[in-house]
Amino acid sequence: MLPYLTHQYGNPHSRTHAYGWDSEKAMEKLDRSKKRHVITTQTEHKCVLDSCRALENEGWDITYLPVQSTGLISLEELEAAIRPDTALVSVMMVNNEIGVVQPVKEIGALCRSRKRYFSTQMLLKLWWSQDLWAQGHWLSICARARVRVEALMSGGGQERGMRSGTVPTPLVVGLGEACEIAKKEMEYDSQHIRKLSDILVHSITSRVPNVIRNGDTEHTYPGCVNLSFAFVEGESLLMALKDVALSSGSACTSASLEPSYVLRAIGTEEDLAHSSIRFGIGRFTTEKEVQYTADNPLWEMVQEGIDLKSIQWSQH
Amino acid sequence: MAGGGRREILSLYKSLLRESMKFPAYNYREYALRRVRDGFKAGKNITNEAEKQREVQAARESLDMIRRQVVIGHLYSPPNLVIEK
Repeated sequence: MLPYLTHQYGNPHSRTHAYGWDSEKAMEKLDRSKKRHVITTQTEHKCVLDSCRALENEGWDITYLPVQSTGLISLEELEAAIRPDTALVSVMMVNNEIGVVQPVKEIGALCRSRKRYFSTQMLLKLWWSQDLWAQGHWLSICARARVRVEALMSGGGQERGMRSGTVPTPLVVGLGEACEIAKKEMEYDSQHIRKLSDILVHSITSRVPNVIRNGDTEHTYPGCVNLSFAFVEGESLLMALKDVALSSGSACTSASLEPSYVLRAIGTEEDLAHSSIRFGIGRFTTEKEVQYTADNPLWEMVQEGIDLKSIQWSQH
Repeated sequence: MAGGGRREILSLYKSLLRESMKFPAYNYREYALRRVRDGFKAGKNITNEAEKQREVQAARESLDMIRRQVVIGHLYSPPNLVIEK
């Protein structure tokens, strides 16, 4: 990205000079009814749910598929929900709070057999298909050729009229490069993350009783571990583990005080939902960091039932 | 580009580790060291000459990239993490 943030400052839409051509060339690596019914899930990302709500206000009909206690949708329920006027099925591939991976291959096959458009977002897992639409750090795939998409806003007509606004070359270059790296390093990174994830889950569950893992343990992204600690208040636990960057729920819902709707959708009881913590593991996470988190003396305190709010913290 | 003999590979390996140690950010430093070690371990038994040359070239490019990233890392150095104490 750096050349495009320093000396290669050309606007990719400038057709008349080398700066513009170079900028445009750099971006090439990443190239890129009346139906009124949409099917999505109850555990979708807030931005999708919000868009669906907006559509509802415009008269659209939305089916929010429930999920099982594993966090997975039922393919039978999805099939039953498809109607003659279904325009789109939108299911996220990996849930950002509990890490559960939906059976997108089967969903895609089902949609193709019923001739319905299927859209999924894969921030975490990259999968190349016929049509690839990039939206910043999200990649949305429409698993069917020749999708007619309407532009959401008007303006200079960039991106074939689909998304007006000067395309940011450095960001696009970065995204393209990130995709390439992800493809190359997928297996190596997956192994590393899975190993660390197993260490974390095993270390904690072997030491602390009454720990529940939210979401299916098999169909899941190991880098996103969501655990509920019975009889412990989640926010206090998070504050007490102040040396480690953790979260309860996801960044997008951290503003609100309500327990996660994702946990509610998988049937987690309210007090357990309040005491859930999400551990994120990535390619740069080290085993030492995972061990540090798992060896934290707080777990013993949790086990002994010490009220974390009563602890006097000193500066260090 | 010619080369890629045993001496160059060893030299690349040492250089990559040495440069990776210079990352001021703990996570990048640890990742780079791990990735370099695992990468060379995995490539140890490559017999196909063309593949070997590709990997050697990739290692040379990685070395350049790490050098650049180390410089960038020093522009605004992050404070030490609790795990580094």
